[in-house]
Amino acid sequence: MGLLDIFRNRSQDPSAKMAKERLQILIAHERAQGQNRAPHYLPEMQKEILEVIRKYVHVEDDAVKFEVEHNEQFELFELNITLPEKGEAGDRPD
Amino acid sequence: MSKVLVVTSGKGGVGKTTTSAAISSGLAMAGKKTVVIDFDVGLRNLDLIMGVERRVVYDIVNVIQGEAGLNQALIRHKEVDNLYVLPASQTKDKDALTEEGVGKVLDDLRAEGFDYIVCDSPAGIERGAQLAMYYADEAIVVSNPEISSVRDSDRMLGILASKSRRAKDGETAIKEHLLITRYAPDRVGTGEMLSVEDMLEILAVPLLGVIPESNAVLQASNAGRPVILDENTDAGQAYQDAVARLLGEERPMRFIETEKKGFLGRLFGRS
Ligand SMILES: Nc1ncnc2c1ncn2[C@@H]1O[C@H](COP(=O)(O)OP(=O)(O)O)[C@@H](O)[C@H]1O
Ligand SMILES: [Mg+2]
Repeated sequence: MGLLDIFRNRSQDPSAKMAKERLQILIAHERAQGQNRAPHYLPEMQKEILEVIRKYVHVEDDAVKFEVEHNEQFELFELNITLPEKGEAGDRPD
Repeated sequence: MSKVLVVTSGKGGVGKTTTSAAISSGLAMAGKKTVVIDFDVGLRNLDLIMGVERRVVYDIVNVIQGEAGLNQALIRHKEVDNLYVLPASQTKDKDALTEEGVGKVLDDLRAEGFDYIVCDSPAGIERGAQLAMYYADEAIVVSNPEISSVRDSDRMLGILASKSRRAKDGETAIKEHLLITRYAPDRVGTGEMLSVEDMLEILAVPLLGVIPESNAVLQASNAGRPVILDENTDAGQAYQDAVARLLGEERPMRFIETEKKGFLGRLFGRS
């Protein structure tokens, strides 16, 4: 290691930070897709939940977001539904 | 009661076989009757790391296919009491391992009174790796502080949670441990390498230990002696700590800090 490297190391944007950020985004995405630690029943459950919601409101596929978060103590299953705005043809589809 | 312990990772070359050899030896030295099984059919390596390669006669595939009895295939380690090795086949193809076949071998090992059955997983997340983890009670997920290894560990954790026998039968989940290997504290210090904290934050699995990047590992594999037997080396001691934690002891993490070096040390101390 040369003299210059020693000083450069200090000012460098540490690449490990980049690695961590990229990993966090990627892994959150893969988990949400049920590829990783998500339970195996997740895809089926998502489908059924969506069917139930559609009994009451009409929502597009992309208005529903599922996410699974892990933690040493528990697993958090998060479901976000963007409801159609009032007045839009989003009411119960009879 | 026997415990089935899988050493797995997804990615290859991260230190699974090194870890399987060290942990199984450590458990045996702690008085637990232990067998370590090589699941890497076609690419066996564990026999070399354990130093028993010249005594391999039969392997796990022979046992499954009824060509040899379990006791003919088990190799007793000469230096470590209570320790046995069940090698993988070098010639047969991967499909020779079946779920029933492996289940039967594990049942027979339980009947032989083994306390620990350590399964050294092949790389990948396909059949071979899935068979190695299928019957596990506990899993050691080996991960390097490196982006692709961490990602593969997370995928492997997903497979443990969904595709294992315990998951399928709805039993309590496999107990997971994270083992970080090839850790280089000075490179973490300069911000080039993910830190223990980074990895724990991402993977959220209890930490079993941190094994430093160490020359002792290559020397041990050259000699065919599990590195944990070299009690004066950093890697050997780190593995001893990990085994103690596995057996319920609490020990502080070592080898995770850089030695503080002054300016001159920084100039001349490292390559
Ligand atoms: N802590 C370590 N320090 C230095 N080299 C290591 C360490 N752990 C493993 N290695 C080396 O990395 C390579 C892969 O290790 P191995 O245990 O065979 O990995 P895997 O079974 O996951 O493919 C081997 O050459 C081994 O000597
Ligand atoms: Mg290996």
